[in-house]
Amino acid sequence: MIKEAFNGLKTAWKGLSLTLQHFGAARQSKKVKGIKEADYFEQQSGIATVQYPHQQLPVPEVGRYQLFVEMDDCIVCDLCAKICPVNCIDIESIKATDAIGKTSDGSVKRLYAPKFDIDMAKCMYCGLCTTVCPTECITMTPEYDKSVTHISDLNYKFATMTEAEAEEKRLELEKQQAERQAAKLAALKKMEADKK
Amino acid sequence: MNFYLIYFLVAISIFGFIAVFSLVSVYAERKISAFIQDRLGPMETGKFGWLQTAADILKLIQKEYIVPALADKVLFTLAPVIIFVAVYLGFVALPWAPGLVPAHMNLGVFYVFAIISIEALGILMAGWGSNNKYSLLGAVRSVAQMVSYEIPIGFAIISAVMISQSLDLQVINYNQGVLATEQIRFFGVYNVNKIGGFLAWNVFQAPHLLVAYVIYFIASLAECNRAPFDLPEAESELIGGFHTEYTGLRFAFIFLAEYAMMFLVAMLGVTLFLGGWNTPLPNIGSLHLADDTTGVFWGIFWLMSKCLLVVAAQMWIRWTLPRLRVDQLMTLCWKVLTPIAFACLVISGLWRLLIVG
Repeated sequence: MIKEAFNGLKTAWKGLSLTLQHFGAARQSKKVKGIKEADYFEQQSGIATVQYPHQQLPVPEVGRYQLFVEMDDCIVCDLCAKICPVNCIDIESIKATDAIGKTSDGSVKRLYAPKFDIDMAKCMYCGLCTTVCPTECITMTPEYDKSVTHISDLNYKFATMTEAEAEEKRLELEKQQAERQAAKLAALKKMEADKK
Repeated sequence: MNFYLIYFLVAISIFGFIAVFSLVSVYAERKISAFIQDRLGPMETGKFGWLQTAADILKLIQKEYIVPALADKVLFTLAPVIIFVAVYLGFVALPWAPGLVPAHMNLGVFYVFAIISIEALGILMAGWGSNNKYSLLGAVRSVAQMVSYEIPIGFAIISAVMISQSLDLQVINYNQGVLATEQIRFFGVYNVNKIGGFLAWNVFQAPHLLVAYVIYFIASLAECNRAPFDLPEAESELIGGFHTEYTGLRFAFIFLAEYAMMFLVAMLGVTLFLGGWNTPLPNIGSLHLADDTTGVFWGIFWLMSKCLLVVAAQMWIRWTLPRLRVDQLMTLCWKVLTPIAFACLVISGLWRLLIVG
């Protein structure tokens, strides 16, 4: 019994001295450092807390956080929407009557995008959309701290066109298609007339 | 008339002390636990979070009193009052400095020991009155624990009382320093009436009291339901134990009682074993350190420092050791602490008869 009691006290003291060491080490905090820094693993003792809004850990360069689309460079090819495993990208396109312009890497833009929505509430941050994009207009930003008061605010709208503009472009496309149809019919009639 | 005014003043100042002590020690406990676990603890409310507990108590005061529909209303309402009053009344007999004691009692030790046992009744009332299985389990555990640990704590106290030959806490205090009225001897041999200091403390007058103090300390942790003996509260299994159903100010009073109890048992232990308000500095030759550091102010200072150190040790233990199982709790009490405490008691008797006598 004495041995047991003595052993109990001994092991209790072992634990107590361990906590006392940590209590003593709490005089200093670990520095907020990124994992890439050379002495990251040197900091073994001290307070580990990162006081988040006041202090922030550095974000890795290739981190996968919030999505962003540079609409000027988008050719509305719809590849990102197709590869997305969770279907969080919703794109609508209108054919332009003529080439609209060029992106910064020289691709020709032929489609308007009246709707380019990314629902970040659905997004699983796989980054596939950024790899398939031919013009690299959809990217992941280092921004990770995003909170909203309503879930619909997480549906990011990137389209730059107004509804009126989109309607105008649709009408233009219809008009052009109607003209082409008329021209086609006229050509057909002419061919039939020539045969006779 | 003045008579009553002093009564009220004493009562209010004890309550004020308990309230301030609880606020400070809750903050200290949160900080100590944080530092032990490599965290920072409260940091946002005020500089280094020092206003955190004040904010907590303000929140608790504003909260609604909820009485469960099937609770026993009388028991449920009375329980926090009994729990708090039992601990509060315990402070009455404890001396703070030479000549400074709220109520002079020649049965002080017995009184304190008896009145803090009433807390068990309050806890059982809280658990039963809540009509909640967790509360009842917590209360039953608490009562079993407190009743069991009163045996070793009682033996440890009696072995100290046998050495000082008095149940009056103030007399026990006087006989552990330079103001002693009786012969006091370091290790039962060397007369230290003139030297005083830590050499005259009970634990050094009779060295087996050091073992008795360790037993007293362990058992007192169980008495105030602190980890590693916090089975009655056991957050991980019983939600909050006996105070699961309590809200607002009622909960605050249960909490207040817990922290007051910590200080009370620390103070009783310090008085019985560690010299109470006596200075730890001895007179060395012509250097009258003990004589110079004895007085009302110094008494309060030494008593507070000793008690706060003991309370800090209680917190340190809480954040180190894991909770005991019910059977381990009872094994420790009945098979380890009780026999050793009994041995201390016997040694005390022999000491008094053979060495000092």
